[in-house]
Amino acid sequence: MTLGVLALLVIGLFLSSLLVGPAGIPPGAALAALVGAGDGPLPIVMQEIRLPRALLGLGVGASLGLAGAAMQGYLRNPLAEPGLIGVSAAAALGAVLAIQTGLAAAFALGLPLAALAGAAGAVALLFLLAGREGGTLTLILAGIAVSAFAGALTSLVLNLSPNPYAAAEIVFWLLGSLADRSMTHVWVAAPLMVAGWALIAFTARGLDALTLGEDAAETLGVDLRRLRLLLVTGTAAAVGAATAVAGAIGFVGLVVPHLLRRLVGASPARLLPASALGGAAMILAADIAVRVILPERDLKLGVVTALVGAPLFLHLIWSLRRTGP
Amino acid sequence: MWGCVRGFRTIALALGLFAAPTLHAEPARVVSMNVCTDQLAMLIAAPGQLVSVSHLARDLGLSAMAEAAEGYPVNHGRAEEIYLLEPDLVLASTFSNRATVAMLRRVGIEVAEFPPATALADIPDRLRKMGEVLDRGGAATDRVSAFEAALDANRSAGRGRAALYGPGGYYRGGETLAGDIVAAAGFGTISDSVGRDYGGFLPLELLVMAEPDLIVTPGAPETPSRSHAVLDHPALAGRGTARALTNRDWVCGTPAVLDAIDRLAAAVE
Repeated sequence: MTLGVLALLVIGLFLSSLLVGPAGIPPGAALAALVGAGDGPLPIVMQEIRLPRALLGLGVGASLGLAGAAMQGYLRNPLAEPGLIGVSAAAALGAVLAIQTGLAAAFALGLPLAALAGAAGAVALLFLLAGREGGTLTLILAGIAVSAFAGALTSLVLNLSPNPYAAAEIVFWLLGSLADRSMTHVWVAAPLMVAGWALIAFTARGLDALTLGEDAAETLGVDLRRLRLLLVTGTAAAVGAATAVAGAIGFVGLVVPHLLRRLVGASPARLLPASALGGAAMILAADIAVRVILPERDLKLGVVTALVGAPLFLHLIWSLRRTGP
Repeated sequence: MWGCVRGFRTIALALGLFAAPTLHAEPARVVSMNVCTDQLAMLIAAPGQLVSVSHLARDLGLSAMAEAAEGYPVNHGRAEEIYLLEPDLVLASTFSNRATVAMLRRVGIEVAEFPPATALADIPDRLRKMGEVLDRGGAATDRVSAFEAALDANRSAGRGRAALYGPGGYYRGGETLAGDIVAAAGFGTISDSVGRDYGGFLPLELLVMAEPDLIVTPGAPETPSRSHAVLDHPALAGRGTARALTNRDWVCGTPAVLDAIDRLAAAVE
């Protein structure tokens, strides 16, 4: 029921995303041009500019929502979120290194694979530090350290680049944007994102068992090492590919599972698909918002997600304080 | 300080204290700290008069006279190193670091500031001003008449509408030097549909909808960057796109813009 409503919401936002843009094309003409009718520049705008933007919004949002829900399930910690604890920042570092060294230009999957490597390093490190007995505090401290370190290295690499435009790109990598992406980006990111979703989907039963505690999960026949491996690679693939094409977008993986837990319950198996849809809806809505607020400027996505996410984050901390750490 | 000396000399001249040959106030040691004043000065200064140019003057991507600049010692636009060069006159842009310019003036060094050229019509003006401050009016007048004659000969018209599009989706409109170069090569702008006479960020969607006859872009950079990727966007493929066209000849208001006009005209013929 909830999944059906969420799916309808995503479809509605996907269509709205196709219809919103600085050029102000009438909806009828826009949809006709999308399937190839019409002449002049309209079909190109719809098929080569707006369609990839909407598709990437869908994929990036689903990846971030899913990764957030899975990490929160595994760490049994409501603050685990790819953007907040440095996974996105590390993926951005991988992507920046791939672009600056020419790896991204050398072969098509170079960019998302480098971002995957960065994300995998960060997820593995965080699971090692906060996985078994670490509390909320350990996770957040480790996350801040990874986040700051990866962000500093990204800025350093871009400042060292002799290309005069590189330093201005720091903003994109810190805040994310879907402006003027192409179908090439969709083809490059989609395979890894889908693979990441599949890997995370396999963890659903294990995560459900894990809500009873690690010992109980093991007696139920859950292989915790296999579960962790699936989660590290799945999260890294989904977040890495998403970050490689859209930059580091924060708060989606935090807000979406938090909101949906009230609707579908705390069971990770049910939260995972709902969070994927919720994440897609949030990014599509945020991307529509940046185009409605400042249609002719490239307002970054992370600005909108943080405006929604940061107050919720404070609310979470507030309720954690009341219930004790 | 130099200003005071000059003022003193003017008074002295009025009083007939100096003999004619020593009268002129030609600055003997001139340092330039901006890539555009570097080039104007190299064109007009007397041999030995210009003692240092900025390090950007040797940048092949920015300076149309990078080869000539190899013959000059370079500075990095910092007050300390410029002061130690003991200049009589420093040439700067009005966009040069304000703190550096203020510091130089505070220690008594004359600084001549040149606003960047935003139109082809500014170029004769800047050449004359350089002639004035270097006391090389004759050399400047020669450059100006050669430039104006060549510009009149190079102008064409009626080639359709062109758009200047660069890394990060940055568009330059008609009220810029680059826009004026495009106009001199015979193209109109797309301002009727996108506005932005002075340029600014232009979403790709608006560029495509404006249907320019020609999109003029810079070439691929030596080091890759994400900002340049938008120039390879499939939505621009198959449209009239003149790639790798904006280069160092488009940066400063110097006679090098004549080569830019020629190359643009040649690219569409």
